[in-house]
Amino acid sequence: MAHEETVYEALDHAHGGEGQWAFGTGFDEPLAGVDTTVPEGIDPTDLGVYCLMLGDDALVLAQRLTEWVTAAPELEEEVAIANVALDLLGQARLLLARAGSVGVLGRSREPATDSIPDEDALAYFRDPDEFRCTALVAAPNGDFARTMVRLLVASSFRLAVFTRLRESRDPVLAAIAAKGVHELTYHRDHAARWLVRLGDGTEESSRRAQDGVEVVWPLLTDLFVPTDVEQRLTAAGAAVAPSAVRDEVRDVLAEVIGRAALRLPEWPADTPPRGRVGEHDPELAELLGTLQGLAREHPAATW
Amino acid sequence: MPAPVPDRPATSDEAALQARFDATIAADHRIEPRDWMPEGYRKTLIRQIAQHAHSEIIGMQPEGDWLLAAPSLRRKAILLAKVQDEAGHGMYLYSAAETLGADRADLTDKLIEGRQKYSSIFNYPTLTYADVGVIGWFVDGAAICNQVPLCRSSYGPYARAMIRVCKEESFHQRQGYELLMTMMRGTPEQRAMVQDAVDRWWWPSLMMFGPPDDDSPNSAQSMAWGIKRHSNDELRQRYVDMSVPQADVLGVTLPDPDLTYDPDSGHYRFGAIDWTEFKRVISGNGPANAERIARRRAARDDNAWVTEAATAYAAKHAS
Repeated sequence: MAHEETVYEALDHAHGGEGQWAFGTGFDEPLAGVDTTVPEGIDPTDLGVYCLMLGDDALVLAQRLTEWVTAAPELEEEVAIANVALDLLGQARLLLARAGSVGVLGRSREPATDSIPDEDALAYFRDPDEFRCTALVAAPNGDFARTMVRLLVASSFRLAVFTRLRESRDPVLAAIAAKGVHELTYHRDHAARWLVRLGDGTEESSRRAQDGVEVVWPLLTDLFVPTDVEQRLTAAGAAVAPSAVRDEVRDVLAEVIGRAALRLPEWPADTPPRGRVGEHDPELAELLGTLQGLAREHPAATW
Repeated sequence: MPAPVPDRPATSDEAALQARFDATIAADHRIEPRDWMPEGYRKTLIRQIAQHAHSEIIGMQPEGDWLLAAPSLRRKAILLAKVQDEAGHGMYLYSAAETLGADRADLTDKLIEGRQKYSSIFNYPTLTYADVGVIGWFVDGAAICNQVPLCRSSYGPYARAMIRVCKEESFHQRQGYELLMTMMRGTPEQRAMVQDAVDRWWWPSLMMFGPPDDDSPNSAQSMAWGIKRHSNDELRQRYVDMSVPQADVLGVTLPDPDLTYDPDSGHYRFGAIDWTEFKRVISGNGPANAERIARRRAARDDNAWVTEAATAYAAKHAS
């Protein structure tokens, strides 16, 4: 038999044995084997809440991007959007697991969910007001232009934060950030290239890109105002205050908007944090309803 | 109506080219894009590869329906990666078709207008999360049986694409089986979900190998050209033989009272397939045909302005 025809049999053989037919079972949690001790001087509760902020942003944006799967403009874009969503989902899993490891679950954990991993207990069994994501990631996709504008803003912000977070005194958070920086650099680049193409493409694409900018810009309003948790953790050397990245993000966005030949809207005035303290528009509840429905229907199930 | 032009060289030059083509096929060597090939060979390949590419792209939808609701983050990541692989397979295959002179956008139009087909299995709905597992186990398993021999297809670009596609499909099949194993160890509701999905997908998966050999008009020529290596019925038998022991390990019952082991031949004998249903679904009247095409059409039409913009931008900045 030609060697190509044995690919399948060879795999089967190598992983043979009846119960082992499906190799790769028995997965570990994302942080298995990692020392999750919280360094002295960092409040574990604050750290957990901060991980939720960063993790929820990633989870919710991944869910929004996944809405594009089977609906993207080109096959290349199907692959690219799925890549970005997978990266963010990976970041979310690590961050939620980190939040779980420092005891943030106390309030949310129901007896029925004892057997499920921390990341799932947090993703599937928290109610909307316990989520700490910003309105920027929770807002609906809109058309492809608006989706790319939002991705540009969200990834520029996140990249600026993660770049600094590599120096966090929490080694787990620092490692998650170091991994994420490479991913986010690609996300920002991908969105920026699309925005330039759309801004300088056709009349219609330019109009749609400008509309996207106008809809997304107001969502910047509470992005850079730190919560008390972020302030305390920043002072302890574990977090990055969002106010510290405002200028960098503003410069990046101005440059891309300029190259895309679009009009840069006025920067919105600061308002107190909403999403970060659990205040959300109804669209988040709707998104979570879809995300959590099946898992909540079968709380005792293992998947 | 004029008689179809026979695949016969008209000039002595063509006779020499045909002879070289025949010798390449006879020696089990590969035909490459720049080689001369009979028009019928080219057309058959374009049809087959396009149909395969369409199946990958339409095949993203039934499982894609569960992406937003996957019941754990690990399952969501696995499913997203799998659906992404299928988009990648579609891209490879459209590229292979383009080496034969076809055009991806044109093939997509033909799919949307119903002038080219895709595997009829994707016209069934995914009712529960167990369907995700069963699609991996059955549908990807059947695809592997069909496609592994295509790694030796006589057309080089197709054969090479198939090697990578098969490796990924094999992984997909295992993820499906692993999901089902996990669900079978779960709650009674989960086990019932798995059996129900097995009941619904088993027969359609047997139909994936196409009509029986005595009703498969194009098969003989495709075999002679080395495009196809085994008959539909041979591949179907191989799939059944592979699946029965896997069902035993999993602890599910395949919905066929006639399924028995025949010690003389070493094969499992199975009941009669309902080919009326197959013809009904393949001709566009399955449960989800309209929905599948409508979504593909929307992806093309709603985003046409994006493609136009990218094209305009590229033209402006071409140096």
